[in-house]
Amino acid sequence: MGPHATWFSFFPWYEPLRENLEVRLGREWTWQAFQATHFEIDHILGGLLVFLLLTLFAFRYAISVRFSGDGGAVPPPRFCLRNLLETFGDLVFGLMEGPMGAKNARKYLPLIGTLFLFILFCNLLSLIPGFLPPTATLKTNVALAVLVFVLTHIFGVATHGPKYFKHFMGPLWWLAPLMIPIELVSHIARPVSLSIRLLGNISADHKVGAVFFALVPILIPVIFLGLGVFVAVVQAVVFSLLSTIYISTAIAHEEH
Amino acid sequence: MRRVAKLFVPMAAFVLTALSSAAAFAQGAAPAADNSKGLIGIGAALAIGLAALGGGLGQGRAAASALDGIARNPQASGKIFVPMIVGLALIESLVIYGLIIAIILTGKL
Repeated sequence: MGPHATWFSFFPWYEPLRENLEVRLGREWTWQAFQATHFEIDHILGGLLVFLLLTLFAFRYAISVRFSGDGGAVPPPRFCLRNLLETFGDLVFGLMEGPMGAKNARKYLPLIGTLFLFILFCNLLSLIPGFLPPTATLKTNVALAVLVFVLTHIFGVATHGPKYFKHFMGPLWWLAPLMIPIELVSHIARPVSLSIRLLGNISADHKVGAVFFALVPILIPVIFLGLGVFVAVVQAVVFSLLSTIYISTAIAHEEH
Repeated sequence: MRRVAKLFVPMAAFVLTALSSAAAFAQGAAPAADNSKGLIGIGAALAIGLAALGGGLGQGRAAASALDGIARNPQASGKIFVPMIVGLALIESLVIYGLIIAIILTGKL
């Protein structure tokens, strides 16, 4: 299924922007098994939309805490934005507390919480008809996964200094020629698996929803929308949990 | 054992005839058509089929263990549910790799 028109194409500046960018940035190449690239900017616009949504939510949350009179200690009684965001924050903190401990969890909560919220809302964008989910393209997912990968090593070096790279050599020094390729491959497999897991789940869900919507437009798609919400939440949780585990193994060398 | 031994000679004769007739007919076969699209199709189907088979078995075991744990201790169902979901998602990711290959291959048909 190729690219299909989204709501973004109704903006008057969409088509000129797309052609302008295609002239400057587009390139024709096929790599190995993948098909030829076709230039599209829908995933960038989707990501920008999620970014604007999250910034708006953050501002509203900050205002509601500042004007609540008690510094935000008591949650409001009804279901509102503040309760929803506090639930997400508790969920992510509870996920992180297991591998990392409470002190480290508080330190890395901004990173993992942002990843969780961004991936969650990008996945949920796939359920609204007329939007192309940004996480269903390898472009967004590889960016997020490589970000986590690079950050784990930066955090490891920041905690331990250059000695951090000695853990690639394994427990005994004469096992190093055997351990280094194994550790390198397992480290490279992490961003690959993170990005492809998210890509496969969300794009397959999107396509299955589209197929059933074309077949029986009346009641059956509701089941797939429910499944889509479940998959969106589970995939965001799994991405955040795995990122937490990778960061915690990178910084947790003190207890040897 | 005596009954099986009595069948041995007819069965051996049948197998040898079948194999040799395949060799005899092979010379008269039509020149092989270009099977690349068919092979790509079979490859895609095998990729997702085997992946789903292994994934289904693995996830069945994970869910069965989680249900056993909940049956033993119904109050721990909240603490068992989340690790079960995470385990299922990790097993499912291997199936997803097979699905990606199948999608790529059907795109090349």
